[in-house]
Amino acid sequence: MTDRKPVYLMTPALAWLTAFMVVPCLLILALAFFRRGIYGGIVYEFTLSNIALVFDPLYARIFLKSAGIAGLAATIAVVIGYAAAYAIASMPRKRQPILLFFAVLPFWSNYLVRTYAWIVLLNREGLIVSLARAVGFDGDLPQMLYTETAVVIGLVYNYLPFVILACYAPLSRLNPEIHEASRDLGASEWTTFRRVTLPMTVPGIATGFVFVFVLSIGNFVTPALLGGGQFQMIGNLIYDQFLTANDWPFGAALSMFLIAIMMGLLTLQTFASEKASGQQRAEVSDD
Amino acid sequence: MTNRSSLRFMLLILSATFAFLYIPISVLFALSFNASGLPTAWTGFSTHWYGELIANSDIIGAALNTLIVAIVSTLAATLLGTLLAIGVEIRRRKGRVLETVIFAPMIIPDIVLAIALLSFFSMLDFRMGLHTIIISHTVFNLAFVCAVVRARLKSFDWSIVEASTDLGATPPITLRRVILPVLTPAVVAGALLAFTLSIDEFIIAYFTAGSGRDSITLPMQIFSMIRFGVTPEINALAVLVMTLSVVALAISQRLNRGRLPGQ
Amino acid sequence: MQHFRSSIGLLLGTCLAFGSGMAAADDLVISNWDGYMAPEALDSFTEATGNDAELVLHGTNEEIMGKLIASNGRGYDVVFVSSPFAEVLQNMGLAEQLDHERLPNLANLYPEATELAHDPGNQYSVPYTWGTTGLCYRSDLVDGQPDSWQDLLNPSDELQGKTTMLATDRWLLGAGFLAKGYSVNETDPDKLADVRNLLIEAKESLLAYDDTTFYAKLVSGEAELVHAWDGWCNYGIAENADIEYVIPREGSDLWVDTMVILKGSENKEAAYEFVNYVLDADNHRWASENILYKVPNQAAMEALDPALIEQFPNLGMTPDEMMAFEQLRNVGDAQRAYSRVVSEIKAAN
Repeated sequence: MTDRKPVYLMTPALAWLTAFMVVPCLLILALAFFRRGIYGGIVYEFTLSNIALVFDPLYARIFLKSAGIAGLAATIAVVIGYAAAYAIASMPRKRQPILLFFAVLPFWSNYLVRTYAWIVLLNREGLIVSLARAVGFDGDLPQMLYTETAVVIGLVYNYLPFVILACYAPLSRLNPEIHEASRDLGASEWTTFRRVTLPMTVPGIATGFVFVFVLSIGNFVTPALLGGGQFQMIGNLIYDQFLTANDWPFGAALSMFLIAIMMGLLTLQTFASEKASGQQRAEVSDD
Repeated sequence: MTNRSSLRFMLLILSATFAFLYIPISVLFALSFNASGLPTAWTGFSTHWYGELIANSDIIGAALNTLIVAIVSTLAATLLGTLLAIGVEIRRRKGRVLETVIFAPMIIPDIVLAIALLSFFSMLDFRMGLHTIIISHTVFNLAFVCAVVRARLKSFDWSIVEASTDLGATPPITLRRVILPVLTPAVVAGALLAFTLSIDEFIIAYFTAGSGRDSITLPMQIFSMIRFGVTPEINALAVLVMTLSVVALAISQRLNRGRLPGQ
Repeated sequence: MQHFRSSIGLLLGTCLAFGSGMAAADDLVISNWDGYMAPEALDSFTEATGNDAELVLHGTNEEIMGKLIASNGRGYDVVFVSSPFAEVLQNMGLAEQLDHERLPNLANLYPEATELAHDPGNQYSVPYTWGTTGLCYRSDLVDGQPDSWQDLLNPSDELQGKTTMLATDRWLLGAGFLAKGYSVNETDPDKLADVRNLLIEAKESLLAYDDTTFYAKLVSGEAELVHAWDGWCNYGIAENADIEYVIPREGSDLWVDTMVILKGSENKEAAYEFVNYVLDADNHRWASENILYKVPNQAAMEALDPALIEQFPNLGMTPDEMMAFEQLRNVGDAQRAYSRVVSEIKAAN
């Protein structure tokens, strides 16, 4: 294929993104350079004060805190999700689509409905506590709901299917012959996994991690409901600027800050995962 | 690739994961049959909420709208996102701007995209409705589909493409006969992901919907009812949606089996 | 390629077809909170006036405000928002200046309700419900009768982890301002810092910030003392008669939810008729009887069943008593300082 073709393939999507994302978002993000009107409108007077305001240690702290929660949720989700995807991919091929379907099905209910179900499970008068009491436990149970733990559980739960789907994609077609060849060469199951399967599926893991991380850091429902509003995620912060404070310029400035950091992280991630899978593959061929 | 013990281990992993996934679902299943309106006490078995649900045309209408939005935006995003992924991965040279544009829909805070699109549509005097929700959902959905498909393409052996071209296949034929079959599981995974995201999305839908009742989606309906917590009616709906999905799957399996007796 | 291009064309075509198919723009569009007006109100309104109307819902003031501002107030005819937001709509030029001639039922309002600080003379907004913010508690579980904001902010040992506060920024700060004896619209940076410190300390004893399901937490016993709007406390009282409402001795704010006609409305005639319809004594009384909020409609309140007031004592509060409290006002440029303080509180450990 010549180098002209890929452009063709990309054109429809890029046109869509340009029309319905790049242009509208640039128009809003540009507001970061104007003043907020006294009642919340925009005064078209150039200023850098909104940008300067972003570099307040308070917002850095909120960012680090939410990155910590999102990172923890993403790590846990990737471990569980990868194992589940691997297990699905090792089932008979005919069963795989059905298993995937049932992994995704709970998430067609509704985000709020599921979150309230967790509240019913975790609250002080809730099901888990009642169950513990019913089996004779009468000590003090730690408060589970409205803690960071509850937020992490909620995020892992809701975004787990995305990891399963992202990891299943590269696992699904792992060539059985590669495994056989590897085993014929005397490699153990574990070595085959570490040397062959894992490197080939690093992109899926990375993609799954990114999904959970970006969805979590921008989430504003779970921290409010399962965290009892006691944690400010960067998603809540930006939401509040736009809607509660009606402060679009500062909301735009914070968003630019978030987008810039995330892009930086993604560049690192792409670089690292490409290097990792490249290196591993080189190792395999060296063997 | 499996001997008996590792198969047992895989089944263990699967059961544990599915238990985790279905624990909250069993809670809402139980609550949908609770006679009481508050989730705090079990006051007896009742199908009362299912009756309420069926009589509530607002909720049913919103559920249908959600289905339309999710299906159309998933189809559009799967098509656009898959082509985009193939295009990007064929190109050896990676451009930073290109990567940024492709990743951006996942990173831009929902509220920013929501407000940006609403301002944009009203600036252009664009009539708003279900179609504007579909357009907007396609934006982030296509980025997610693209990411999943790219994850698969990273381990794709491009030499078969060269071989196919050397054998005289035109690029469209190579795409259809060589690349797409290998990609199918990833495309299906991406589509499932897009559908799942779209069906649950609230803030962008709220902002890009028209002002009338005819473009209200289910998450919009449910978020606005949050004032009284989640009513058992909504739990009943969740149960119904999942049950219908399983029925639809079973029927499609049956039909497939009829057509392909060999399988 | 041809194939793909035509499918995209088809898709866009479908989208546009959807768009043009929905042209029911002649209906009056009203945005309100769920359950905030009678389910049959629109039908009887249509019957009475011949105008078709549809109701759409917003979960919060913030959502509908964001949508109105981003779309320049188009698409909606009448919106129900709390008074500080009505003030913003007026200041941004999105609210219609009301022609009182077309609202004869304004005469049903208490005289006090026509002199509200956010909009004296009801020039841009019509009050729909009003009330106070205070403490809602389980009298069977809490020792003694709470009577101070300090009981919430600095609770006794038994109440540790059993209190909730409203999450919405202005009311959250309001509790701190009132506890300190400041105005609920205070903008002095030092006083704001005082309140921030007070609320950060209070956070340690808190179960959660909650402005939707706090009454359910009281009913289940998960919480025993919560920061609440009087009307919502009544939902708890309806479920459990041991729940009581009290205004702390330091005072409360006077909150007002209002109806605003949008300047961009293309159905102004019908919009006026709707607002006037709501102000009818019988229609307006529905809100008191069913959602248990006080309405500023003298004719409606006088017709209220005394038994209801006995069950929900805060329904009996007089306009005179309520007018003693200050309303939350738009604070203009100080909003940034408010937002920052709220962020500091929410981010504190």
